[in-house]
Amino acid sequence: MATTAARRFGRRLVPSVSRRRFSSSAAGDALQRTQNHPSLNLCSAINQALHIALDTDPRSYVFGEDVSFGGVFRCTLGLADQFGKARVFNTPLCEQGIVGFGIGLAAMGNRAVAEIQFADYIFPAFDQIVNEAAKFRYRSGNQFNCGGLTIRAPYGAVGHGGHYHSQSPEAFFCHVPGIKVVIPRSPSQAKGLLLSCIRDPNPIVFFEPKWLYRLAVEEVPEHDYMLPLSEAEVIREGVDITLVGWGAQLSIMEEACLDAEKDGISCELIDLKTLLPWDKETVEASVRKTGRLLISHEAPVTGGFGAEISASIVERCFLRLEAPVARICGLDTPFPLVFEPFYLPTKNKILDAIKSTVNY
Amino acid sequence: MALSRAASSPSHGGLLKPLAAAISASFRRPISTDATPITVETSVPFTAHNCEAPSRTVETTAQELVGFFRIMALMRRMEIAADSLYKAKLIRGFCHLYDGQEAVAIGMEAAITKKDSIITAYRDHCTFLGRGGTLLEVFSELMGRQAGCSKGKGGSMHFYRKEAGFYGGHGIVGAQIPLGIGLAFAQKYKKDESVSFALYGDGAANQGQLFEALNMAALWDLPAILVCENNHYGMGTAEWRAAKSPAYYKRGDYVPGLKVDGMDALAVKQACKFAKEHALKNGPIILEMDTYRYHGHSMSDPGSTYRTRDEISGVRQERDPIERIRKLLLSLDLATEKELKDTEKEVRKEVDDAIAQAKESPMPDPSELFSNVYVKGYGAESFGADRKEVRAVLP
Repeated sequence: MATTAARRFGRRLVPSVSRRRFSSSAAGDALQRTQNHPSLNLCSAINQALHIALDTDPRSYVFGEDVSFGGVFRCTLGLADQFGKARVFNTPLCEQGIVGFGIGLAAMGNRAVAEIQFADYIFPAFDQIVNEAAKFRYRSGNQFNCGGLTIRAPYGAVGHGGHYHSQSPEAFFCHVPGIKVVIPRSPSQAKGLLLSCIRDPNPIVFFEPKWLYRLAVEEVPEHDYMLPLSEAEVIREGVDITLVGWGAQLSIMEEACLDAEKDGISCELIDLKTLLPWDKETVEASVRKTGRLLISHEAPVTGGFGAEISASIVERCFLRLEAPVARICGLDTPFPLVFEPFYLPTKNKILDAIKSTVNY
Repeated sequence: MALSRAASSPSHGGLLKPLAAAISASFRRPISTDATPITVETSVPFTAHNCEAPSRTVETTAQELVGFFRIMALMRRMEIAADSLYKAKLIRGFCHLYDGQEAVAIGMEAAITKKDSIITAYRDHCTFLGRGGTLLEVFSELMGRQAGCSKGKGGSMHFYRKEAGFYGGHGIVGAQIPLGIGLAFAQKYKKDESVSFALYGDGAANQGQLFEALNMAALWDLPAILVCENNHYGMGTAEWRAAKSPAYYKRGDYVPGLKVDGMDALAVKQACKFAKEHALKNGPIILEMDTYRYHGHSMSDPGSTYRTRDEISGVRQERDPIERIRKLLLSLDLATEKELKDTEKEVRKEVDDAIAQAKESPMPDPSELFSNVYVKGYGAESFGADRKEVRAVLP
């Protein structure tokens, strides 16, 4: 099948596409202060952000499974050497304990950056996040909070991760008022957003697209900068249809936009960046302009965060919509091993949906 | 460090002490068929917590020892072949190898029956083989083919064999332990005199679920045996960096425990036999198997950043489970060097043949992507993104 080859190579195109496209469009004044920044991959950008976070605040800590020697993805490399084992340390393999511990540490006024090795392993900690972290401020009448807590977790497909190293659990956490959920799309975004998350006075779950750790390379400013949370960004302007996504999926959507352009369809692409609380205004303004909306994420379509976006936009823009909102997402199956190429919302699936939505 | 203490203790280094060496002398038994009982002493004494340790004297036979040698050599070869297949990108996903720990899988099997259940974590290839799984099923599953034990839908971490009471490979650290307790409850309820073995590593020993499961098992006197396969590193973290007390056999507090040399198949067998009797009579028990993995935690871990190469080669030289049986067979004059070498050649060929056969097995049908999510015809089905059938051909 012709499409199969394209699907398979679709992901391989990511680095070049994201390098050219995303660095130039990575807006924000902070990013454009100087020219010719060194090129970094997403993993190194995270590492740099953690260095800055530890350096600028003596009450910040980084901990998790295997982090002191760099972690399985090497994101915490060198931190223990520079900041000492009292501030960067390994924990036992106990996710519930890690997050609970982080909440306590943060409740004493510290910045606790906890790493969950894979987002697939976050579920033992779900109770701590949902019942303890998210409601601490509310149920204590603002006497206590764990705002200094940031939970980092690599999420998403990686080509061959199988059932327990590929999932995208963001929607579970988007159902929990009291926490924020943030997902970056590129190295410079990752650095700025992670620093914002660590310094934000609310507990945050920060999902890192592990597929992009090494694949996505772009210029990342060396200085300390933060990118605003709960602000979506239009990374590509268009007039026919609005596409909304986050994290690694954006590079796939960008490719679909480029292909659609060849067919004369002008797509507007929005990076949501913060999923909770999300920037409805930016998406609404875009849909008011284009009249069409497509949402894409790797997580299964049913109950995914795309459903929330779709519902909200239909409420706000019902009379302006010219076609049903399209959701191109993971299938309603467990994340498969050998069937990963079929499960994923690939470029061609998105392209098909763009065309059928525009020609509705 | 507990590990170096164990490795350097005098009793580990030396040969086994065959009590029954006298019976053989110059008489050569035919290989692998003799079922005359022999008694052998375990490498080190068992250390007990809240129970009376079993005797160090283990009864075995020539047949059993030759069998141990063969299956362990097969497991070792299988894991090394899996390593190569992974590097050749024929195995995708995550892959955790068992070489070094073989004695735990086979010693346990030697003490129990297939009516007893076993549930383990993701390092499950050899446990599956021990339960009677075939090489073809192993390699097919690893490469995601139809002939695999989970029809190619599970991969390395998810091997199962229902007919032999193997409840599988579980990917999340520690999550299988409470499941094992549930299995034990069902067994007790059925009164069929069988037990459950729930295996976990020293890393998982720090998960909260273990203690929840232990409490339930002890509260209800369930026939559950919690086997902590202590290979001394939870991923890349040494046990003493992750556990205040790396004496895992004692960490059940009110649950009795036994520390076992997990590199000595006969000690494992003795301990599992003892544990089964204990569990049926008195409820749960913890067995801590002092063992070692030669490979890194997974294929992305070279396994040499958090431990020295000397440590690995030291364990290989002094405590290797296969070498231990080889020496025993030779010293008891139950086999010749050549016969054992021939056995190793045979298993090598068996592995190569199985790989060739597995490569012939087709990928699962694309429709399998949607099957087994729910029971067919019970109202809930899974669909593609567009709520229509998705047709696709594997690359």
